[in-house]
Amino acid sequence: MIGQIFSLAFLAQTIRISVPYALASLGGVYSERGGVVNIALEGIILNGAFCTAVGTYYTGSPLVGILCGVAGGLFTALIHAIVSINIKADQIISGIAINLFAVGITKFVLGILFHSSSNSARIRGLPHIYLGFIEHQRDVAHLLGNPMVLGTIAIVIASQVILFKTRFGLRLRSVGENPEAADTVGISVNRYRYYGVLISGALAGLAGAWLAFDQHSFTDGMSAGRGYIALAAMIVGKWNPLGAAAACLLFGLAESLQIQSQGGALPTQFIQMIPYVATIVVLAGFIGKAVAPGADGVPYEKEK
Amino acid sequence: MARQRHWLEHPVTQNFLVPILAVVLSFSVGAIFIAIVGQNPIEVYYVLFSQTLGNEYGIGQLLFKTTPLIFTGLSVAICFKAGLFNIGAEGQLQIGAFLTALVGMYTFGVPAYLEVPLLILAGMVGGGIWGFIPGYLKAKTGAHEVINTIMLNFVALALVSYFATNLFNVPATVHTPPIAPSGKIPRFDAFLSGFEGSPVNFSIFIAIAACIFVWYYVQRTKLGYELRVVGLNSKAAEYGGISVAKNLILSMTIGGALAGLVGTNYVMGYKYYFEEGFSAETGFMAIAVALLGNNNPFGVILAALLFGMLEYGGLVINTMVPKELVNILQAIVIIFVISSNKIFRKTLNNFLKTRRLSIEQ
Repeated sequence: MIGQIFSLAFLAQTIRISVPYALASLGGVYSERGGVVNIALEGIILNGAFCTAVGTYYTGSPLVGILCGVAGGLFTALIHAIVSINIKADQIISGIAINLFAVGITKFVLGILFHSSSNSARIRGLPHIYLGFIEHQRDVAHLLGNPMVLGTIAIVIASQVILFKTRFGLRLRSVGENPEAADTVGISVNRYRYYGVLISGALAGLAGAWLAFDQHSFTDGMSAGRGYIALAAMIVGKWNPLGAAAACLLFGLAESLQIQSQGGALPTQFIQMIPYVATIVVLAGFIGKAVAPGADGVPYEKEK
Repeated sequence: MARQRHWLEHPVTQNFLVPILAVVLSFSVGAIFIAIVGQNPIEVYYVLFSQTLGNEYGIGQLLFKTTPLIFTGLSVAICFKAGLFNIGAEGQLQIGAFLTALVGMYTFGVPAYLEVPLLILAGMVGGGIWGFIPGYLKAKTGAHEVINTIMLNFVALALVSYFATNLFNVPATVHTPPIAPSGKIPRFDAFLSGFEGSPVNFSIFIAIAACIFVWYYVQRTKLGYELRVVGLNSKAAEYGGISVAKNLILSMTIGGALAGLVGTNYVMGYKYYFEEGFSAETGFMAIAVALLGNNNPFGVILAALLFGMLEYGGLVINTMVPKELVNILQAIVIIFVISSNKIFRKTLNNFLKTRRLSIEQ
């Protein structure tokens, strides 16, 4: 029984669910470490998925599709960056507006391009890298050989190094923690906040690309709350790339356990609650302390 | 001598000017989208306005969509006044509406003059509990209410989904059995034949009463004064002997209770049962309503009317342009409001100042 549940297929399922969480969650880490709250992740994922589907459909090339997804994510994040960094308006409201905008614009263009209000035409998936040793388990091999899976693992590790071992990471964290001090030593607060938000746009756009390839199409509202789960994972992971990724894996594990047990032990809805309840518990300080970057969500007003 | 203030400089004028400008701008951007689809923006907007405001059926639909937006807009607004950001109206209204339906389905035989208040109270208690939780966590642990209310939205949705599909549902449906007939709130078309077929009902008067209550509470009572002080400067409030914790918890609870009243419109006034997915992101739209209404209870009514019109208007124009146009309009209104609050006021005041200087010289 246990062996059946923790099979390779189960592992593959967990990874499939966790990859988009992890990408978006890392995006959240970059943005918030730089001091910009990013509730817009949900909308960025959606736009990323849409642009990926459109790009792949019209060129037939998944690679172009991914680039389109990243571009869509960057563009969406750019709106958030302008509104929150330049205009210094409320970051949370900006994020909510962008999420609404994404729902509207994707459906609107979906209707124009594909004459459907629910889904795009079918698109090609990503080619996978040949992994000889498990090729007999086709689905698993395709998943583990997926360049985006390997890419995500690489990005997680690289992010941990970038944030904590490089000059760039130190500067990004400084503008999120104490922008006045960063400004005093000559770091451009706005520029680094832009980096943070734009990186989050690219990563959440990739998360969207994953979804589009995974379902071989864009479907209306396909982000389905993943941006918020990513946000939850970011908090549970205490704004660290490795922590956030671990939280995503945990949430993915719970979900695939649910799928495997087919509503046996616990109703689906209770499994769905796990990430959200975990976040509330962690935020309340019941499991260690989760402290957001010092200036997270606070616009920086340079003194004249 | 006190100098004369230009009328444009008056904050009240600007409180009106900013939202109006934002709406006009977003409709202009919307016109571009309409033109892209190859339609005439003026025609589309004409249909949008005439079909929603031009006949009683349209007005009835509009008012039906407006009612929940007033409740949730008030919920967000009162929390704003206390310096809290309630993104949890969606969850609060779900729990409230569900509790209204739950109490309603077990209280057959209770006379209407008891049943109606009872069901209203049930909604307020449900929403209130869901508002109390993040308020309490904020007051006691400092946990940010924005994240907690977002998370609680999902918990609420999952909970009511479980209840409405597994525990309390009519078999093979995602809704509960009907509430006791004595708990029903009458529809307009029971009295006015012009509203025939539109679901607008008397719960809109509960919404208006709620507006008056919020205005009175915030502006005219001691508790409301405390709430505003906490919202303006919580450190000063604490120093002045006002319990910040009490006010955080109280305002979130009241906010939750207001959102919980949404059930009066849908459960008591329209379908007479709770259905999974009945609320189309009303709780998120509420943030836009409160913003556009400048967190003023009467401003909330106006903003809710506009958003209610857009929500129904989307269906009206669907044959000409995808109805998602209204989502885009709504999003752009929000972005313009938060941006123009920062930019427009500053620019206008600077402009008036320089003009005055040049006149005085």
